[in-house]
Amino acid sequence: MRNVRRWGPGLLLVSPSIVLIAVFVYGLIVWNIKVSFSDWRTSVPSHKWAGLAAYRDLNSDPAWSQDLHHILLFTVTFIAGTLLVGLTLAFLLEKGVRGEGFFRSVYLFPMAVSFIAAGVVWRWLMNPAPGDRATGLNVVFDKLGVGFLANQWYLGLNWGMAAMAMPAIWALSGYIMALYLAGFRGVPEDLREAARMDGASEWRVYRHVVFPHLRPVTLSALVILGHISIKVFDLIVAIGGKQLVTQTPAVYMWILIYDAQDYAKGAAIATLLLVGISALIVPYLVYTVRAERRA
Amino acid sequence: MTSTAVPPAPPLPARARLGRRGAQYVSAGVVRYGALAFFAILVLLPVYVLVITSVKGVAETDPSHAWSIPQLWTTTAWRDAWTQLSPALGNSFKLAIPATIISTVLGSLNGFALSKWRFPGADIVFTFFLFGMFIPYQAVLIPLTQLFSDVNFPNGIPRLIFAHIVYGIPITALIFRSYYATIPEELMEAARMDRAGMLRTFWSVVLPVSAPAFVVTAIWQFTSIWNDFLFAVFIIGDPAKWPVTVALNNTAGSFVTPYNLQMSAALLASLPTLVVYVLLGRYFMRGLMAGALKG
Repeated sequence: MRNVRRWGPGLLLVSPSIVLIAVFVYGLIVWNIKVSFSDWRTSVPSHKWAGLAAYRDLNSDPAWSQDLHHILLFTVTFIAGTLLVGLTLAFLLEKGVRGEGFFRSVYLFPMAVSFIAAGVVWRWLMNPAPGDRATGLNVVFDKLGVGFLANQWYLGLNWGMAAMAMPAIWALSGYIMALYLAGFRGVPEDLREAARMDGASEWRVYRHVVFPHLRPVTLSALVILGHISIKVFDLIVAIGGKQLVTQTPAVYMWILIYDAQDYAKGAAIATLLLVGISALIVPYLVYTVRAERRA
Repeated sequence: MTSTAVPPAPPLPARARLGRRGAQYVSAGVVRYGALAFFAILVLLPVYVLVITSVKGVAETDPSHAWSIPQLWTTTAWRDAWTQLSPALGNSFKLAIPATIISTVLGSLNGFALSKWRFPGADIVFTFFLFGMFIPYQAVLIPLTQLFSDVNFPNGIPRLIFAHIVYGIPITALIFRSYYATIPEELMEAARMDRAGMLRTFWSVVLPVSAPAFVVTAIWQFTSIWNDFLFAVFIIGDPAKWPVTVALNNTAGSFVTPYNLQMSAALLASLPTLVVYVLLGRYFMRGLMAGALKG
């Protein structure tokens, strides 16, 4: 306590932010959970305890089980596609090519565009309308003589959400490329050289020296993409609107609050989103903070 | 959690040094550049569609002209887009500029205290902040809107500014904290020898070297606030106060809006962040890497 004169001001400087985060992150999370256990099912706020009623409603709601299917298919396609494209781009760039800065800027630029704006053009590209109202990729297929490839895109009954992942892959591959590129460049050149001296082929150098070094990057990428995917909202609204075929949990929550004014059920979805994301984030944060402390 | 940009590429391999090896290098180079160019074209395809469609007249937006360069260039759609979106663009500037400035300043103070003027438990506080960066904001939105009306918080844009400042605390603190960690301890020691207090040290030792971190943070915040849709759609009820993402989704998002207007509106709404990206892309990239913990 003798040193309080030295560190006290530091704590004082951060304390407004501590209070804000305590109230607006942690406090509101608790409040939201309370709403999800209440009987606030109309436009008039109500704080009466209703136990798990809202969660039970969700559980027996066919729209909700559709949402879960949608988000699962979207997440798998989105993560697999983004990792694959991002890693490929980084692999192509990692040894250094002329114009690297240009390519990097091009691949990364979608990160500067909102999903709402990107959604406008992707809706045109993936327009499911037939014949004289068709646009985008279906027209290309038609012109190339592969008209049979033309499809319903995001409105497709079984695979629609896989198509919905395409704009998301477009948007985030550059980011994953940047992460992997830093990972590639973090592999000491001596290690590669040593392996080559031992007569390893270039492929084996990658397989046994470089790729193992990229595992922590892949972990970060998985966590980042996973938490973006679970809560995906803007992109879906921009492309699919409020249609059930493309509905995700976050979109359903929005509909419940604004159209149905079923606050308890909306809060229940919000709580489940938080639980899902926390399962991903908390172990990752613990791991990262520990790694930082070790360093 | 480091704030390093992607390290520079190692020198190019000396190609065409030897006959057969040289030929291999060259053909590998062709494949590599071919692949890079292919991906660059894919990434830029939506931009091509946006630009050419935005300068077409309505007559040319039908499927037979999809993808082709306009025969008649016109700025009609751009003018219509401007008429429809200019109030919302104004709102977005009124939102993004003050919110970016305040949250960047707050971030530098927090980052400074969390790395250079540390107090017992500073790392715990930092971790406590970090969790707030990953939460799905859906988990706080219902109580947040409720709280705003309970305390009669000034309606409209001020609410949105406040929300972006509060939920921007974690990422801004993260970027500044990792940047300040690179300031040598000797500088801090020197200030201490001069018996400089905390604010004086911040003002005359730390602030003068902070410019890059300010640029990185400001770009990051400006881009995310400008592109935000979720907070805006939950917090702003009055269409006259909508920021440009919500207005865009409402006008261009409608299925009866002609494509040329949709595309010019989407481009118009993205121009500010695109300009920032083109001018200051380097810093944008650094923000991404610093926030490798962030999506």
